[in-house]
Amino acid sequence: MIGQSSVSRIIAHVTLIIGILIVAFPIYYTFVASTHSLQTILRPPLPLLPGREFFANYYQALFGGIGQLGGVTVWTLLLNSTIVALGIALGKIFISILSAYAIVFFRFPLRMVFFWLIFITLMLPVEVRILPTYKVMVDLNLIDTYAGLIVPLIASATATLLFRQFFLTIPGELVEAARVDGAGPWRFFKDILLPLSATNIAALFVILFIYGWTQYLWPLLVTNRNDMNTIVIGLRKMISFADADTPWHLVMVTCILSIVPPVLVVVFMQRWFVRGLVETEK
Amino acid sequence: MATVELKGVRKVYGGSVEAVKGVDISIADKAMCVLVGPSGCGKSTLLRMIAGLESITHGTIDIDGRVVNEVGPAERDIAMVFQNYALYPHMKVYDNMAYGLRNRGMKKDEIDARVKRAAETLELSALLDRRPRELSGGQRQRVAMGRAIVRNPKVFLFDEPLSNLDAKLRGQMRVEIKNLQRSLEVTSVYVTHDQLEAMTLADQLVVMNGGLVEQVGKPLDIYEKPASTFVASFIGAPPMNLLGGNGGKTGAPLTVADLSDLGVSVPPGTTTLGIRPEDIEQGDYAGEGLKTQLTVEAVEPVGAESFLHGKAGTHRLVVRVPGRSIAEPGAVLPIFAPRAKLHFFDANGKRVEG
Ligand SMILES: Nc1ncnc2c1ncn2[C@@H]1O[C@H](COP(=O)(O)OP(=O)(O)O)[C@@H](O)[C@H]1O
Ligand SMILES: [Mg+2]
Repeated sequence: MIGQSSVSRIIAHVTLIIGILIVAFPIYYTFVASTHSLQTILRPPLPLLPGREFFANYYQALFGGIGQLGGVTVWTLLLNSTIVALGIALGKIFISILSAYAIVFFRFPLRMVFFWLIFITLMLPVEVRILPTYKVMVDLNLIDTYAGLIVPLIASATATLLFRQFFLTIPGELVEAARVDGAGPWRFFKDILLPLSATNIAALFVILFIYGWTQYLWPLLVTNRNDMNTIVIGLRKMISFADADTPWHLVMVTCILSIVPPVLVVVFMQRWFVRGLVETEK
Repeated sequence: MATVELKGVRKVYGGSVEAVKGVDISIADKAMCVLVGPSGCGKSTLLRMIAGLESITHGTIDIDGRVVNEVGPAERDIAMVFQNYALYPHMKVYDNMAYGLRNRGMKKDEIDARVKRAAETLELSALLDRRPRELSGGQRQRVAMGRAIVRNPKVFLFDEPLSNLDAKLRGQMRVEIKNLQRSLEVTSVYVTHDQLEAMTLADQLVVMNGGLVEQVGKPLDIYEKPASTFVASFIGAPPMNLLGGNGGKTGAPLTVADLSDLGVSVPPGTTTLGIRPEDIEQGDYAGEGLKTQLTVEAVEPVGAESFLHGKAGTHRLVVRVPGRSIAEPGAVLPIFAPRAKLHFFDANGKRVEG
């Protein structure tokens, strides 16, 4: 790309700028809308510059409570979503790293059977097993609980297979060196495997956090109480069929707020991620 | 301070692959025992059984008078240097060396003192804060050695530790390992496929082939009296000339015609005749021995010596001559070897005294 004619450079830049506008403009427009009053929004056209209701709107959404949700605040929704997304991400990582550890480094009866059982669950995502899972949740009294929101989404073959692939690349000599050095299974896991997996864990955490954050169908099914809704469900409930019943200014605020945590996770973990990539090599 | 005793040791993988087929070796205290043999002959398997990383199918292994068959690697009081070093990539050099000591619950001061001492011995003091990937191949090798010596174990085990280094560094490290082993006086078992490494390092040399021990002895004793054609061709470079019938092509025994070609008489039962390239001299010879004419086909000068490749009748021969050779390809030279320098082998490849 170096030393090309200025024409092609201009074309490249124009293309990129258009691309950025297409991606960024709706978000900007949402932000603008979140800083105007409901009356301004309902009387088109909507101004292109932020209005003066920023603090009022955000304060009301976060702490004032929303009529359509029976007075539950967006703050509660954010908290619920964060708990659920963190629970799913950490739970999946915890379960899958342990099961991959067992499958790769230990010889036990029916090892391959367990491996294939895990593998087969790839074909059974939440949507496929949603009715039986719902029944189980009802029987266990887990409707409207964090456990009900999190646990069914934790079972994951993808992450287990990912860790398994990574563990298979760890040289056998390293495992043997640790054995000679007197590291038992637990020490080996904690002192060697976990630090070596840090990059993988960081990458997986980002992906799984966003996966958990954007869940729709399952949270919709397993929560009835407004104060147990995730932000995605809350957002959906705020929008009524009649335009006049919808507090659009608060919907816009909720939209913006619902983007912030995933963005923070990506931004924060990306630094980790790159550092990991630079530091770990075998 | 320990002896190592292997009695009838066998290893069968998965019920069918017999990697080690019954090995008896007795290693003296403070000795350096080198296991040498071609790739796949079961050297690593044997070493890993001594380390406790591989179960023992049959027989017993005894370290310092204690049978260790059922003892885990960490409790055998051994330290191992791996072929690819197996350093922990995320730990600093210091922690790589200290890790085994920490796992044994040693006190911090003691660990520190030991690591510093080992680092000094191996000239690693300036590198203690680096990670393995910031080190050269030779330095990593030293760290792997350091990790072994801080433990102060009863036995060192080395699995081809120098095979990843370039030739010059390999020569240097070979001497260092030897000196280190001498000064620490730790019984050692060293695996290699390199006969030069084996010859120079060993107090006791074990030549292995196909899961069996071919010969055990002092390096020079083995060199001078190889027990079989396998040992004769494996130890020494270039390898010993082995002359059989029909120019050695069909594996047939030497015939009367071959023997008269070579002007030599052999003890009864001999089917193969061996002569080291350096034992062949040029000129006429009045005594008893091998006397024949060599037709030179190629000359390889390597500086301090030259190798003449040629034929005596139907037999291929390599002759080592000191310095430069004045012979040209095509020349016909009278050559001889005194009878005392000849080696005789029977139909099973075993040595025949004569
Ligand atoms: N884990 C294993 N399972 C089955 N066969 C093995 C295993 N490890 C080694 N072998 C076989 O045992 C033989 C000896 O191997 P090894 O001890 O590594 O040889 P060396 O170190 O002398 O090159 C080889 O034929 C190899 O294929
Ligand atoms: Mg080997």
